Amino acid sequence: MPDLLLELFSEEIPARMQRKAAEDLKKLVTDALVERGLTYEGAKAFATPRRLALTIAGLPVRGRDVREERKGPRVGAPDAAVQGFLKATGLASLNQATIVSDPKKGDSYVAVIEKPGQETVAAIAEIVPAVIRSFPWPKSMRWGKASAESGSLRWVRPLHSILCTFGAETEDPEVVPFEVDGIKSGNVTYGHRFHAPGPITVKRFDDYVPSLERAKVVLDADRRKEIILADARNLAFAAGLELVEDEGLLEEVAGLVEWPVVLMGDFEERFLDIPGEAIRATIRANQKCFVLRDPATGELANRFIPVSNLMASDGGLAITAGNGRVVRARLSDAAYFWQTDRGPLPDLDTLKESAEKLGLDLAKPLDQRMAKLDKLGVVFHAKLGTQGERVQRIAALAKELAPIVGADPALAERTARLAKADLPTEMVGEFPELQGLMGRKYAELQGETASVAAAIEEHYKPLGPSDRVPTDPVSVAVALADKLDTLVGFWAIDEKPTGSKDPYALRRAALGVIRLILENGVRLELIPLLTKHGDRFSGHDSINSAFELVQFIAERLKVQLRDQGARFDLVDAVLETGVRREAMLPGMSNSRDLVLIVQRLNALGRFLDTEDGRNLLAGYRRAANILKAEEKKDGEGAFAEAPKLELIADAGLIEEKGLAVALAQATPKAEAAIAAEDYEGAMAALAELRPAVDAFFDKVTVNDPDPALRANRLKLLNQLREATRAVADFGRIAG
Amino acid sequence: MPLAASSDPMNPTRSFQGLLLTLQRFWAERGCVILQPYDMEVGAGTFHPATTLRALGPKPWKAAYVQPSRRPKDGRYGENPNRLQHYYQFQVILKPSPPDLQQLYLDSLKAIGVDLALHDVRFVEDDWESPTLGAWGLGWECWCDGMEVSQFTYFQQVAGVECAPVAGELTYGLERLAMYVQGVENVYDLNFNGLEGEDRISYGDVFLQAEQEFSRHNFEYANTETLFRHFSDAEAECKALLAAGEAEEGANSAQHKLALPAYDQCIKASHVFNLLDARGVISVTERQSYILRVRELAKACGAAWLKTAGGGAN
Repeated sequence: MPDLLLELFSEEIPARMQRKAAEDLKKLVTDALVERGLTYEGAKAFATPRRLALTIAGLPVRGRDVREERKGPRVGAPDAAVQGFLKATGLASLNQATIVSDPKKGDSYVAVIEKPGQETVAAIAEIVPAVIRSFPWPKSMRWGKASAESGSLRWVRPLHSILCTFGAETEDPEVVPFEVDGIKSGNVTYGHRFHAPGPITVKRFDDYVPSLERAKVVLDADRRKEIILADARNLAFAAGLELVEDEGLLEEVAGLVEWPVVLMGDFEERFLDIPGEAIRATIRANQKCFVLRDPATGELANRFIPVSNLMASDGGLAITAGNGRVVRARLSDAAYFWQTDRGPLPDLDTLKESAEKLGLDLAKPLDQRMAKLDKLGVVFHAKLGTQGERVQRIAALAKELAPIVGADPALAERTARLAKADLPTEMVGEFPELQGLMGRKYAELQGETASVAAAIEEHYKPLGPSDRVPTDPVSVAVALADKLDTLVGFWAIDEKPTGSKDPYALRRAALGVIRLILENGVRLELIPLLTKHGDRFSGHDSINSAFELVQFIAERLKVQLRDQGARFDLVDAVLETGVRREAMLPGMSNSRDLVLIVQRLNALGRFLDTEDGRNLLAGYRRAANILKAEEKKDGEGAFAEAPKLELIADAGLIEEKGLAVALAQATPKAEAAIAAEDYEGAMAALAELRPAVDAFFDKVTVNDPDPALRANRLKLLNQLREATRAVADFGRIAG
Repeated sequence: MPLAASSDPMNPTRSFQGLLLTLQRFWAERGCVILQPYDMEVGAGTFHPATTLRALGPKPWKAAYVQPSRRPKDGRYGENPNRLQHYYQFQVILKPSPPDLQQLYLDSLKAIGVDLALHDVRFVEDDWESPTLGAWGLGWECWCDGMEVSQFTYFQQVAGVECAPVAGELTYGLERLAMYVQGVENVYDLNFNGLEGEDRISYGDVFLQAEQEFSRHNFEYANTETLFRHFSDAEAECKALLAAGEAEEGANSAQHKLALPAYDQCIKASHVFNLLDARGVISVTERQSYILRVRELAKACGAAWLKTAGGGAN
């Protein structure tokens, strides 16, 4: 079976786009082939800085023949109909048609059209140009003479040549002939830009890869990564050091070279005074080099690892020296930032007002930076005011949250006031990814207590589902305050996430709130807290916003719990208990206390695993179904009253009495257990209902001919339904 | 091209001016008109009308020139070894972009003494955008051993207008390149004229005092009231010239008569804005609106240029 080899050779493709582009190429070409009925055995795509390549193995030589029968006019039909039929089917005359007889309709013509399957080569020659013209680059461009005309080819960077061959292993493959904007397909590629720039004639994938290797091009990005990683580790090991591994950087660097050559350079030890994270950030971001550490101490070493694209004639001395020079210049900048940020700002007098407003001590450098942030009026969001205003709100909220999470309110407030102070520092200005971390370093240097300094860094956490959740109470208070302020603010101005749009990462913030609360067991009634914080924003109904926001958080909780494997229906049963607004008011039984919700969910899950639980659920369902049917006749709420116990005593069956007694005993027990947050206890109390319920349904006919008895029995069942609602909405439980 | 003997003061690895002259000669030999710097203060070589305006319209164009570039905010009072508020860019514009532009660029590096068997030259993604010019393009930073030495851009849009055809633009940071080929760590130590002993003139001899004085001016002394007025004046003048240059209703020719003078005023407004920005008197929110105002001027000038002979109008 023949194979296809395709290579699109261009000027340098951005590293971050290469992997996806290779996958897109594979998908678009194979999908189009399959759509034409051309199946294949396997396909693999590759990318280097200058080429996308695709190999598809085991294609047929041609597609399957298609036989089609098309029905025509009756025999003896008017000439116009016959001519139309001949034209549509491509037959020369009626002699080429067959005649079929139908007992009812009589004889009519049928054309049998046999289409031979399309040659695969022809299909490829149509597919590939179409794929190239509509390729989904994130950003594409026009170039050269052709760009004078509209509709000229777009590619990520100028496309220079196309290699496209097709053929079986046993024969010389043929070039699949096509042309895209003046570029003719061929069987020629080019090697490394400097080591082997000349043309290379290629037959198929099997000789393509080794030819490229000889021309100093490693086609497979994963192999380039392996080479870089192995060589970097070896160089580090030989120097008695350890590579600081960095998958993101490795992926990028592998996209910047066709022939990786790993080198090692050094810089002056004095630069190691700069925080290691800043050294790493500057060397990584600006130079795309790896850094190394001392395995004994874990501290950074004064070495770096550049990955070049050249086997230099001097063994890389000049390249290492050149990189070292730039690294030193960058580190000089970082050292300057590190020093400047620790010193006083000029014009402190102009910052007095801000300092007073925010309770800052202008004798301290980090306090000065916060005052400056406020003074500059840097806007957080056009409708949500400045960073200074935001910090004031977070500080107030953190102080309120502190006693709830067991933190010292003064420390929480102090942390909040300094949490954003590193934003106007030189270091964070240059390396935004160091925000929080630099704040912590500067806080430590000016003698803030350890938990304040740590909380300045940790208040951004957790940043994602896999990020660590802070546990120090001060960190928890400020981290919660930071996220809740964001959420309340965006709810206040009605800019909530919709569909896939969540530009302010509000879903992530809500998930952060959930994880902070659950993983630290924070007992918190959200509605009153969020209502109060909502009052700090103008122009909205803060109670309403709080309810909507809590609903959003509950939705995120649902997603979170489901992701952790909880049963969908149980999550709903617990969360949807009394979603009516009045039922969620502060102090009511249907708390939005997330910790309790999860406890309730767990207790319910365990209960339903027991036989008692399953039977009670069955009993509940029977009761609910009967009630539903009868409420249709008598109206909603017709059986809401308590049953008349005298009537049961006088005329009821023994099983009816039994259920009434069981309910009278179990209901207060369950309620008391719930009030004590003992959900296991509440479930156990409900479980005691089981024999009475079973007996009731066994012996009692609910729809008694006596209307008074019927109504009373339905009221009894309603009590059973209500009793279960205290723990969950059993109606939402599936299975 | 073999390098001249290293004792030759005009060798690009020995003198700043040698580097500059080598680049001029290299591009002259490849068909570029060698222009002189535009006689106005600009933030980058791109602002020269030979790039901004000539990039627009269908006419082919090849030019190269040095452009002193002013970045008032980058002043460091002469104390930083590689940051300057005034520096030289060498600018090449080729319209339409030739198919071998990357190779031409590499050849130019060879010409100024970069041995490509020894040095690691890389094209690293860097999409260029000038908010004030309403311009963008795709291309790279060109790295030599990890140092950015040039910008390489295929212009896609200038002054809000799609480029048809696309021009290729090369911008060499001359000081950086010179530091590299001369092996110097501090820009002020660059040998300017390639001579030694008493005759040696360094970059510092030529520019250090200017860096100190202009840093003072940019950050401390520039009169902001006057500058605000200059900005408004330039903006108003630009708009007035654009209006006055429009062809009259029913005239024989539909050509614009004052596109170039109007664009001068746009350049002026842009530089004044940079100065005001350095003085720190433009707030974050105002900043955006100033950039927008300059962009509006640039767009209108681009539109006017397309109605001139240079812009391809008949």
